[in-house]
Amino acid sequence: MTSLERTLTLTVPSATENLALIRDFVVNVGSQAGLGDDDVAKLELAVDEACANVIEHAHGHDSNKEVTVRATFDAATLRIEVVDEGQGFDPTMMPATPVEQMVHDRRTGGLGLRVMKSLMDEVSYEIVPGERNRLRLLKRIQK
Amino acid sequence: MPHPFKVHRSAEGDVSVLHLEGFLDAHTAPVFEQAIQAELDASRPRLIVDGEKLTYISSAGLGVFMGFIEQIREQGGDLKICGLSPKVRQIFEILGFQAIYDMVDTVPDAVQRFTTSPTREA
Repeated sequence: MTSLERTLTLTVPSATENLALIRDFVVNVGSQAGLGDDDVAKLELAVDEACANVIEHAHGHDSNKEVTVRATFDAATLRIEVVDEGQGFDPTMMPATPVEQMVHDRRTGGLGLRVMKSLMDEVSYEIVPGERNRLRLLKRIQK
Repeated sequence: MPHPFKVHRSAEGDVSVLHLEGFLDAHTAPVFEQAIQAELDASRPRLIVDGEKLTYISSAGLGVFMGFIEQIREQGGDLKICGLSPKVRQIFEILGFQAIYDMVDTVPDAVQRFTTSPTREA
């Protein structure tokens, strides 16, 4: 049996004020894909984390750049791609420093990837030099 | 649709209570940061953060808690957290914040905790 695949895309200027818009988009997509409320909330936060990383680190708060969130789902999985046009900041390469050490160092960032990995079934990153970079998040749809 | 965030301050004796309301993310985290900094600038390091009306938090918001706690404890105070919904509390627990911060149910519980456990080692 084949299952119909749908793709929805949102592109916004790279600014933290657009995180609310991105979250609304993702919540809508998650509901359409058939995720339960708990999984929709997890998806919302994971995509927020991915986009905040892009806006702050990959784009350095340059709102002339754009963040694209592409969601593709069928009956079994929901895949999200967050596409940036930055320098290829790969959050999956960041060392996993213990939270206690981060507190001691008075760090305020570096938690996003940990959150994404805890909430999603798969997280991966692809750098295409000189072109686009893609963070991929996958959530399996529980029936 | 906007996702607003507000911080409202009250006091319980020499303990400051910061009541958070709305959406705490990378966009609104500086508002929370400024609220804590204002308390420290006024030499009020005994803080309760009341999250009863906090709808949403991302790691940018959690980073504010993380960035200030050493300074707060160095000044002889502490930061106690209360009132979190299960959804928000889950995010704190994913990152192991319960090992670093006192997390209780209500503002009176948090005030009481300042009597029994004025500070805590990270």
